[in-house]
Order: sequence, then structure tokens, then C-alpha cells
Amino acid sequence: MANPVDYSDVQGLLRFGYNSLTEATFLLLRIRDAAAASAWIAAAPITNAIELDQAPATALQIAITRQGLEALRVPANVIAGLADEFISGMCGEENRSRRLGDIGANAPEYWRWGVGEKIPQVLAMLYARKGQLASFAETIKGPSWQVAFDVLDALPTSDLQGVEPFGFTDGISQPTLDWRQLRTAATQAVYTNDSCLGEFLLGYQNEYGRYTDRPLLPATASNAGLLDAPDAPGMRDLGRNGTYLVFRQLQQDVRGFWQFVNGQAKGDTPARERLAGAMVGRTRQGDPLEMASGAIAGVGKSMPSNQFNYDSDADGRRCPFGAHIRRANPRNADFPAGTSGLFSELLHNLGFTKVGFREDIMSSTRFHRLLRRGREYGPGLSTEQALQPDYPDSQEHGINFICLNANISRQFEFVQGAWLMNTKFNGMNGESDPLLGNRQPIPGCPVTSSFLIPQEHGVARRVEGLPRFVTVRGGAYFFLPGLRALKFLCSYAKPSADEDKIRAVN
Amino acid sequence: MVLAPVASGRVNELRRVLASMNGLPGTADPHNALIPFAQFETLHFARLLVLEDETLDDITKYGLPRVNYPTYLAFLADFDGDASAFVDELLLKAGGGVTRIFSYCEGFEPTADLRHWIEAHRASPATAYVNLIGRTSRQVSEEAALHDSLVSYVAQNSANLKSMSPGSAHQAMAQYVRGEQHAGRLTLTSMAATPLAWRLRNFVNLVGVPLVLLLLTPILLIYLPFFLIQLRWHEKNDPEIAPRITPAHAHQLAILEDHDVTNQFSAMGSLKPGVFRRWTLVFILWVIDYTARHIYGRGRLARVSTIHFARWVFLDNKKRLLFASNYDGSLESYMDDFINKVGFGLNVVFGNGIGYPRTRFLLLDGAKDEQKFKYVLRRHELATEVWYNAHPGLTALDRHRNMLIREGLEKPAMSDEEARLWLQLI
Repeated sequence: MANPVDYSDVQGLLRFGYNSLTEATFLLLRIRDAAAASAWIAAAPITNAIELDQAPATALQIAITRQGLEALRVPANVIAGLADEFISGMCGEENRSRRLGDIGANAPEYWRWGVGEKIPQVLAMLYARKGQLASFAETIKGPSWQVAFDVLDALPTSDLQGVEPFGFTDGISQPTLDWRQLRTAATQAVYTNDSCLGEFLLGYQNEYGRYTDRPLLPATASNAGLLDAPDAPGMRDLGRNGTYLVFRQLQQDVRGFWQFVNGQAKGDTPARERLAGAMVGRTRQGDPLEMASGAIAGVGKSMPSNQFNYDSDADGRRCPFGAHIRRANPRNADFPAGTSGLFSELLHNLGFTKVGFREDIMSSTRFHRLLRRGREYGPGLSTEQALQPDYPDSQEHGINFICLNANISRQFEFVQGAWLMNTKFNGMNGESDPLLGNRQPIPGCPVTSSFLIPQEHGVARRVEGLPRFVTVRGGAYFFLPGLRALKFLCSYAKPSADEDKIRAVN
Repeated sequence: MVLAPVASGRVNELRRVLASMNGLPGTADPHNALIPFAQFETLHFARLLVLEDETLDDITKYGLPRVNYPTYLAFLADFDGDASAFVDELLLKAGGGVTRIFSYCEGFEPTADLRHWIEAHRASPATAYVNLIGRTSRQVSEEAALHDSLVSYVAQNSANLKSMSPGSAHQAMAQYVRGEQHAGRLTLTSMAATPLAWRLRNFVNLVGVPLVLLLLTPILLIYLPFFLIQLRWHEKNDPEIAPRITPAHAHQLAILEDHDVTNQFSAMGSLKPGVFRRWTLVFILWVIDYTARHIYGRGRLARVSTIHFARWVFLDNKKRLLFASNYDGSLESYMDDFINKVGFGLNVVFGNGIGYPRTRFLLLDGAKDEQKFKYVLRRHELATEVWYNAHPGLTALDRHRNMLIREGLEKPAMSDEEARLWLQLI
């Protein structure tokens, strides 16, 4: 391997979900004192990606926004090497908000955090085994914490045993990262779950066989702690072993969801389960909907619920085109099903094959994968409880959606904008994601709140008037650096002699 | 397309006048006082923009001096029927507005004959692509209304329809539509015959281009090895110019985009210097124009089904090229199609432009250098000051589906299997 991964330099979240660490909190921090914050981060016991015999009892991960880098006095020309979307921020451009669906009730003006003075600068992610989170938090904070940071918010999480608040098993589909870098970027005639490492880790080849742009610094004594850039001789790689972390706090209206579905099903339990399953694209247990299963490259045998694609369901009669998981990952290859051989590819490329109305309109999914690391929050609410009109339900439910990707615009923003929020996804009309859609009208399309379920007969069942079930409460784009890079980023803000004196006097 | 140099020092004033035509940033108010686009029944899309190229210094990478080309005003419209009929309508409905706009151009005399002036400033595209040749703007509106009407009919009668065979459901819906037409709630104008002159011209092109190619074949074959040697030499030596665009430029473009499901794209740049690239591109655009006329005008440009109209226009004695298109989705998804579905098509054209990511045998690599390609495209993109879409909210695929619905409806009878597939469209 020409470019082996040094796991001790990679934050563990890239490799592990820390599922056995069932307690977690996400601290959104503002920097109070740059030097103290730098010193704290540089000394923090951040968990790396080395695989241990036994899962650790606790884990700590650190990510930083553009505002955080500025506060740490990282020079503008260094920051300018990071992605444009990261620099601009999740709500830095109205156009981005339109594409991400952050309009109407989801508009940044209503967010609790992530806008203006409430943009976190540092994200500290704390994970611990049951019962150990509070003591872990105390231990790591230490005496300089108060000097270094203001806590903007401490987002709690809850352990719903792998089930998201609506009641469906979550996190089943994840790309398989090619840590050993055996995969070469090449045309894929068949859907695969494998991903080139560079899709998720900067400093490695991506699905185009290229290195995603990141800050490269001319090698000097001051950046000797950084790794060399594999694609640019004489340059040090600030991005290497790092990635971008997308964070969105999504509130889920669990009662609204089940009451709507129950109303559509006229109170019939099996019909209710079928409709909810059609909206998600899986049963509650996580099984795909009657999908013909077959071996999918990059999916382990232990994951039968991931061994499928939609080739056997071209008319959406098993899993509706608009189902959440079919939007989020259409499981497409580079060519439509049945294309094999160079000649067949050539005919397709030239558009000389006859294709049906919906055929070959989707993008290939291998360029648009996300590594999801979210956690639920709020107490669990069963469907029965959700349907009781007077069940006490004062606490909020939701998910702290977190995903990792090396190219925010091509991965997260594409999946969110072109697939989930798109009212015209896959040749459809008047719908958006049945779970995540904001139901806002767009020019020429007053209705975006339908959900179509194709039927055997031909006349599809059209569920109309879906309310908004999910509301964005905050969000930000973070850089999750490699550990050497993180230390380097903390080297700009040294306490000045004056500050030391002031401290000595105090 | 009308193309005229803007009088020196008046670009900013012109930009202000253009901005006054907009409802949203970059999106025309259909009823604006200068050109009330909504009154033009044959119009699909239109745009007005200032062609101010920020990349003119690129040629200095070849050791050549910068050329200060004029800054043009371009007015592009995609309409049905003849250009002269459209110009007539334009003079009638917006003569004053057009005069006002063109008064910022060099040599424009308000007293001069406007028609004559427009004719003198027309620029023809080297290549033009239409998603579906022959589908009129009126047809798009009528078929969209048909789709909406059928959707609500199905919603109200779904139980009833499901109890019928698919063939009978088709019959019932055809009957419903006839009733709606009779009551004046739906109109489905029968398609006008294609004008004989157009068909003749098209036929001459259909036969003429291959004939010319056939005649040229001996010369082309003899030249081919030399062409490949020249090409590879150029490909190895041409510089790539692909810096990231400035935040200010990115912002200027972003405020105009994603208000509608359809977007505009305008970009320009200089050809690589020398006759080799110029004549290569002339030849390639000539061939692509042929394919667009005779092969691709049925809903897809190769594998891409999201482009409504596109054109490539040479400027300044074929030293520069303008590309303008109307497409569905965000620019990120447009570029995704460019790279992953029709990269070779982008390469053969834009590979002849200064700064484009290095190609191999003109077809390969180039766009596959994803990030550089995106930077180059964005860097050459121009702010489309005024853009009009007669049918906001309707993607090319929507239009296609609605047309298929209508075609199916007009079939006297269908087998159950045919009818089932047809019902799936609604």
C-alpha cells in the first residue's frame, strides 16, 4: 500500500460509531480565550481510530467550524484551502438554504443555534458507557475549561437501542470504507456498497481517483508535525486524515407522524404499519420491502437487510420511489441495470438505447454516499403512546443528525438537495421526502406534500396533505481534523507574554 | 440571439435597467414594463445578460497579449415558429422596452429602424439543442393542465377506477377529458402541421451533412494521423487554468439560482489560440448540431434528460464561445451529469477552450478531473441578469410525462398492459 493509513492520526468516529458507548453529549462551544482553548484542545485525550481488543469506556472527538478556526487565529490563507461550503457555513448563503430545504419553519432565522453569535466554534463530542458520562465530562474539562470556553449548548442524546424516534431501526445502510485502498476508481456497472477511502478521508483517492482539495502548506519547520501530502511533493497536508462533519439537530413530531398515518389507515393497525413502512422504505425491524435480495459488493453476510438494490422494482410497486431510504440512497450503478460490456456502455453513453420514462435519470450513488453517525435525543414514545390523545409528552424528540464526508457539496448537499428535498426526484411531482420534507410550495408547484404509492393496477395511491414531521432546530458544518492537524491548528494562538503577566497578576 | 456591444462606460447603467425587469433576483417579472414576457404565447425561455468576460487575461499564459473584446449585451429567446414572426411580436408588444434596452449599445439610434437593427445584430448558434423538437409552449401549458386535471380526477374516483380493468379505466378517463374539453375547462389544441419550408430545410440538413462528410472522408482519413499528433502535442502543452472562484463571484451566481426547479446557465470563454483548436471546434459543433437536430431532439441529450434548451454561439470571429442552457435541478447536479454521464461531450467542446482540465484524445479525462472541472465551469459562468421561464415548476421530465399522458389519452383503445403502464404516469 503506497499510502497506508495511520490510525493513530484519525479521529475514531470515522471508523467506529461507538454504539456500545450508549451515553453521549454534544457540547457546542464558543471560544473565550484562544490560547487557553488551543492548549485545552491540544492536550485533550481525543480518541483515535486504532482498533482495540475491547471498546473503550469513553471517547472524545473534536471538530471546529470556520468561525472556530478564526478564533484560534488560524490565518485566512490556510482556512481558504478548506471547502467553500465549510467556509460559507450551513446557512451562510440563502441559495444553500433553498437547496437544503431550510426554508419556511426550517429557515435558519428560527434555529436555536448555528446562526450569527450562536454559531458554535468548537464541537466536543463526548461518549461513555452507561452511567459514566457525567464523570467523564468532569474529568476531561479540567481547570482551564472555564477560561477556554463558553458552552453555547450541551445537546443531550438518548439511547433508543438503534431505533429512531418514529420507531424504525436506523443506521442500517452505511458505506463500506476501503481502508486498505484496494479499490481503484473505475466505472461501476453494478451497484456496490464499497467506497474509496478518499470519499470520507481527506488525503486519499476518491471515487474519481483524485485527491479532494484541502489546505496544503509549503513544508517548513513550523509545520513539521504535519504529514506530507501524497499528491504534492514538498507540501504538508493539513487535511490528511480529516474530514467534514455535518451536524443538524432535527426535531421529530412523533405524535404528528403516527396520528397522520393512523388517520390515513382509518385506525387499522396493519394498514398503519404498511403505510409507515412505505414512507420509510423498510419495516420497523429494518427489513427492505419485499425486495429481491442478492449479494451486494461491500455488504457483509451479517447484514441481510442491506443485500438489495431496486433493479427488481423498476415501477416502485414494492418500495415507492419516494420512500425515504430510496431517496437517500437509490442504489444506482453508473449505468442502468442490464448494461454490460463496452459496446452496451457506448450505446448508452451516446443515448442510442431506448429507455423508459424513468430509466437512467438518476445519478450514480457511489459519488453521493454519507457515513452517518447521528444520535437520537428525547425519551422514546411508542406508537400506542403517540396515538393516545392525553399521553403526557412534554419533552422533545428528535435526532442529532451527524454525517461525515470529504466533499460536502457533492455528498451531503447533493443527497439532501437533489434527492431528499427535491420535489421532482425520480420523475415525481408534488412530493418531497415523506419524513424530512418541509412541504413548502415552490414556484409553479403549490403542493409538495403528497406521497405516491404505485399499485399493481396502475392507478397509484396518492396520500395527500402530509404535515411537516421534522423541523430543523440548528446545524453547522465542522472540520474534523486528523490529530496531528488538530494540534497544528492549535499552535497559532500562543499566550502572549503580556497575557501571561496579566494572569500572573490576577 | 441578438448580440450588440455595450457603449463604453454604460454597462452599469444597463445592468440597473436589466435588474428593473426582475421580480426575484435574476428572475424576470413576467409582466415587467420593458418586455412583458408573459404576453408571448410562443415563448419558452428568454434571457438578457451582459457578456463581460473576466478570464481575458488567461491567454497571456500562451505568451500572447490580452485582447480587449467588446462587452456585449446578449438577448436570447427560445420560441416556437419563425424568428421573423417573433421579432414582429417583440416590436409590437415591447418595442419601447427593447429600444430602451438597446439604447445602451454602441451605434444604436432610437430613430433608426428597430427591426433592421435587430436583424443586423443577430448571431446564429453553431449548435442548438431542443429537448423535444416541435413541442410548442402552448402544448406544454395545455398538457400540464391535463395532468393536473387527471390527478384530481383520480383522487376523487380512485376506488371506482381500481374496480375497473386498466383498459376500462383508460376509457373512463378519456371520457372524462372529453367532457372537460366540451365544458371548456381543458383545451388540447391539435398539433399544427410542421411548416413545409422547415421540413425541407431539415431534410436538406439530414441528407446534406452526411453527404458532405462522405465527400470529406478521404481527406479526413489522410489527415487523421496528423490530427492526432497535433492534438496530443496541444493536449500535453496547453495550460490548465482552474483556480477556485472568489467568494464574491460565487455569491453573485448563487443569489440567482435555485428559485425555480429549472435554472439558467450562461458561460463564456476564449478558444485556445491557433487555427487547430478553432477548426476542430467548428467541425465538432457542426457534427453535434446535426445529432441535436436529427437524433437527440426527443427528450434526451445523450444520457441527460434535464436540459430544455441549449446553444453554443461563436463570438468575435470564432475566438470566443458562449454557452447558454436551461436545465433542471441545482448546478451541482447539472455538473454531476456533465461529469458522470456526458463527460466526453463536454470534453470535445470545452476541451478546446483555454484553461480546461487536460483531456486525452479529446474525449477522455477532462471533466473526470471533477473539482478542476467544476472550478473552470464556475469561473467561466456569467451572471444571467434577466431570465424568464414561461413554465416555472415544470421540469423537462414533467413536460415529457405530460406529453406521454396526452398521447396515451388520444389512443382510441389500449390493452390492459398498455393501460397499466399509462396509468402509472399519472
